Amino acid sequence: MSPVLQAQGLVHRYGDFRLEVPHLEVYAGEILAVLGPSGSGKTTLLRLLAGLLSPEEGQVEGGFRAYLPQTPPLLQRSVLENAAFGLWLRGVPRHQALARAFRLLEEVGLEGKARQPAHLLSGGEVVRLALARTLLVEPAALLLDEPTASLDPANTLKVEAMLKEAAEGGRGVILATHDLFQVRRLAHRVVFLFQGQVVEEAPADRFFQSPRDSRSQAFLEGRLLP
Amino acid sequence: MEAAELLEISLRSLWVAGLATLLAAFPAVPLGLWLALKGGGGIFGRILLYAGLALPSVVVGLFFYLLLSRSGPLGSLGLLYTPYAMVLAEAVLAFPLIAAFVLSGARGRVEEVRLLVRSLGGKEGQVLPTLFWESRRTLAAALAAGFGGAISEVGAATLVGGDIRHHTRVLTTAIVVETRKGELESALALGFILLGVALLVTALLVILERE
Repeated sequence: MSPVLQAQGLVHRYGDFRLEVPHLEVYAGEILAVLGPSGSGKTTLLRLLAGLLSPEEGQVEGGFRAYLPQTPPLLQRSVLENAAFGLWLRGVPRHQALARAFRLLEEVGLEGKARQPAHLLSGGEVVRLALARTLLVEPAALLLDEPTASLDPANTLKVEAMLKEAAEGGRGVILATHDLFQVRRLAHRVVFLFQGQVVEEAPADRFFQSPRDSRSQAFLEGRLLP
Repeated sequence: MEAAELLEISLRSLWVAGLATLLAAFPAVPLGLWLALKGGGGIFGRILLYAGLALPSVVVGLFFYLLLSRSGPLGSLGLLYTPYAMVLAEAVLAFPLIAAFVLSGARGRVEEVRLLVRSLGGKEGQVLPTLFWESRRTLAAALAAGFGGAISEVGAATLVGGDIRHHTRVLTTAIVVETRKGELESALALGFILLGVALLVTALLVILERE
C-alpha cells in the first residue's frame, strides 16, 4: 500500500529553532498522532506537510492535503456558505456547492443552523463546521492541529467520530494533540517530537505500553518540560 | 435662493461627489487590498498613502487648474469650469481616503483569509477576491469616507469649477458665496442640506453593508 502523504528529509528553521523530520508517511485509513510538549514543532510540521510553509530542505509528496488550524478561520458569511467555501475555491457552481454543503451539514448535525451567521456558532460547532468544510474538498490527507483543544467532552467525541469516519473513508489523518486519551482512542501510530526532533515513532499501543525513549516516557508521565 | 435652484445645486453636489467617489474607488479599493496583502506596503508606502490624507484641496485644485487651463497640457479637452473637472479633482482627494480605509480594515484579516484559502487547497490568487468580500464592511466605511471628503470639499471645486451659477455651483461653493453676500440664513440652510445629503448617503451605505 502506498502512502497518501510522504515526507523526506524535512528541515525548517526559524530563529534558533530547527525542525528536522527525516521521514514521515501516513497511509489511507490511518490516524497518525503527532505528540510533543508545547513548542516542539507540531504546528510547524503540519504546516510544512500541508504546503503552507516551504521547507529549507526535503520534500513532501502525495495527494491533496487539507489543514485545519487550532482556531479555524470563519468567513463573515452563513454556516452554509462557510461549509461550501472550499468547493467554490475549486470552481464548483454555487447551487451545487450549497447542495453538497447542506448534505454534509445534515450529517454533522448543523443543518438547523445552516442559514445563521457562522460567528454565532459555539466552539464545538465551529470545529464541526470547519471539519465538514475540509472534508467536502475530499483531501487525501487531513492535517489537524489540536482540533478539540477547547471543546467539552461531548463535542470532543463528536469530532473524534468524524475523524474516525474520515479515516475509514480512506483518508490519511495526521492529528497533533496534547490529549493522550484521545490518542489512545483514535491513533494507529504515534510520532513523538521533542525540540524539533523526532524522538520516537511507534504503533500507538506500543508507544503507550513501553516507550523506548526516556523523553517519551517522561512526557507520558508528565515529567518532560518543553 | 429659490427652491428650484437649491434642488439643482444639491443634486449637482450629489452626482459630482458620487461620481468622484466611484472614480476614486476603482483604483483605491484594489490598491488598499493589495497593500494589505503585501503586509501594508512597507513603512514608506504607508507614509505616502497616509500623507495623501492630508493633501490640501487647493493644491489639488491648482494642479488640475494648470492641467486643464487653455494653455495646459489637457486644455484642449475643454474641461475647466465644468462639473467634470470638479469630479476629477475630488476623485484625487477621495482616493487616499478610500485606499487608507480599505488597507487598515483588510490588514487585520489577511493572514486568516490566506490561511483559510490555502488550507483548503485554494491558490494565492484566490486570496484577494476572498479578502475583498470579507472586507465589505470596511468597503462601505471607505466609500462613506471618500464621499464625505468629496462632497465637503470647497477649495478644488472653486478653482476648477469656478462656482458658475446653474453650471458648476455646488453646496460648498454656494455656502461660501452666500456667506460673502451676507445671506447667512441661506448659507445656513445650504449647510444643513449638505449635512443631510452626507448623512443620507452614509446611511444608505451602512444599510447596504448590513444587507
